[in-house]
Amino acid sequence: MNETYDLRVGESHIEVHKFHGGTILLSLLIAVVLQSSLPVYISKAGILDLPLLITIYFGLSRRNPSTGLLLGTVIGVLQDSLSKTPLGLFGISKTIIGYLASSIGARLDTEHPAARFALTAAFFVLHQGIVILIQKLLLAQPQPWFTMRLLVACLVNATLGVFLYYFLDRFRKS
Amino acid sequence: MAGLPSRHRSLFLLIGVVLLQVLLLAVQIKRDSQGRLIRVWTVSAVSPVERSGAWGVGKIRDAWRHYFALSDTARQNEQLHRENGELKLEIMQLQGKSAEADRLAALLNFKQKQNKVPMVVARVIGSSADPNSNVLYIDQGQRDGIRKNMGVITPEGVVGKVMEAYRDASQVLVVTDRDSGVGAMIADSRIQSPVGGTGEPLLNMKYVGNDDEVAVGSRVVTSGMDRIFPKDLPVGIITQVKPGGQYKQIRVKPSANLEKLEEVIVLLTTDPVVLKQPASVDSGSAAPTKAPANSAPQPTSTANTAKPSDKRP
Repeated sequence: MNETYDLRVGESHIEVHKFHGGTILLSLLIAVVLQSSLPVYISKAGILDLPLLITIYFGLSRRNPSTGLLLGTVIGVLQDSLSKTPLGLFGISKTIIGYLASSIGARLDTEHPAARFALTAAFFVLHQGIVILIQKLLLAQPQPWFTMRLLVACLVNATLGVFLYYFLDRFRKS
Repeated sequence: MAGLPSRHRSLFLLIGVVLLQVLLLAVQIKRDSQGRLIRVWTVSAVSPVERSGAWGVGKIRDAWRHYFALSDTARQNEQLHRENGELKLEIMQLQGKSAEADRLAALLNFKQKQNKVPMVVARVIGSSADPNSNVLYIDQGQRDGIRKNMGVITPEGVVGKVMEAYRDASQVLVVTDRDSGVGAMIADSRIQSPVGGTGEPLLNMKYVGNDDEVAVGSRVVTSGMDRIFPKDLPVGIITQVKPGGQYKQIRVKPSANLEKLEEVIVLLTTDPVVLKQPASVDSGSAAPTKAPANSAPQPTSTANTAKPSDKRP
């Protein structure tokens, strides 16, 4: 079985990547554990959203919307269960992000660092938008749409994403 | 589903999964439950990793300190005798542990002074996986007598309250969280008003009327009205006072160092308790309690469901 193959969309050829066994599961678990542990030792680390970065990366790489959305669901519900939020808040938002990342990954070449930075920033904003929308509509919790912290978090996460994705690329099957 | 093209299949799957989670949210809101089973599984799976992580980080810190001690000693004491070097190394090791010892001594001292109040010291092992909330995980749970809505403090002041108790770990809602709040009053004037979190490092004192005199630098202490925290426990210091529409806008800096919490004390009771006051707090608490006419009634702490009838099982 081929470990990488081409998706043909129009005239463009987009490569679908596979990973060494357990990479996705391990990355997912490490991201959730680090997300929950890091701020205890480095308070500023609370600004990171590692589960989101993992959802985006594997969505863009695997380029299969069904896998992407299910990965987003699992990682989102895990994040919910380690937070005070009701189960489903991050689950829904990361499900949608996983689906969109996979769909976009199947249409665009997302290997260039600039493209990855822009996509991560865009997905971060969209993710926050969905979270705030759910909090306003379903949970009746008023939240501001924009804060300076969100802008900083968006830039920091997008920058970290570029390096993290580069690191995770090493676990792809060639 | 099998007859659908792959593109539509994933779209239907997306709609299905999202709807399922919306339903899950709706059920949690309607039943006021928080999917405890899934949380118990996740926390049970993650807390041993976090506990090991906390242990590992402690060891790495020690090793790091020892390395510097060794290299420092080697550079400075090239000509000194071996015994002298070993003594210096020992001093460095002791210094490395002195900060932790000081903290533990303060906790022990506090616990001994309050020997009639049941409490347990716990270590912070994790925080919320949600970047927008201030929640901590501690390494003590139901097995140690911790129950929902118990107060969490340090000798410096209020930390938060137990949101959920699991078998070997508990989830603590920190006072700086948006959903958090504490029944409080200004120590000198005894003006009562709840203090709530904003999601930022400073707290808000919510319902102090524009006519009330409030000075920057005043101490804010617990009022005991929320039935979670004992009266006169330090909450914070007022750092900013501005006139507002109906109420003053008052910002309070928490007394406890909430960004560097490593150990906390959990009050093992949901019944009202009275703590023995240190000398510095007595002066404030001697004044009679004054509830200004325009002060809002003291809500119990936020997500505050503690009732007088809440007893430990």
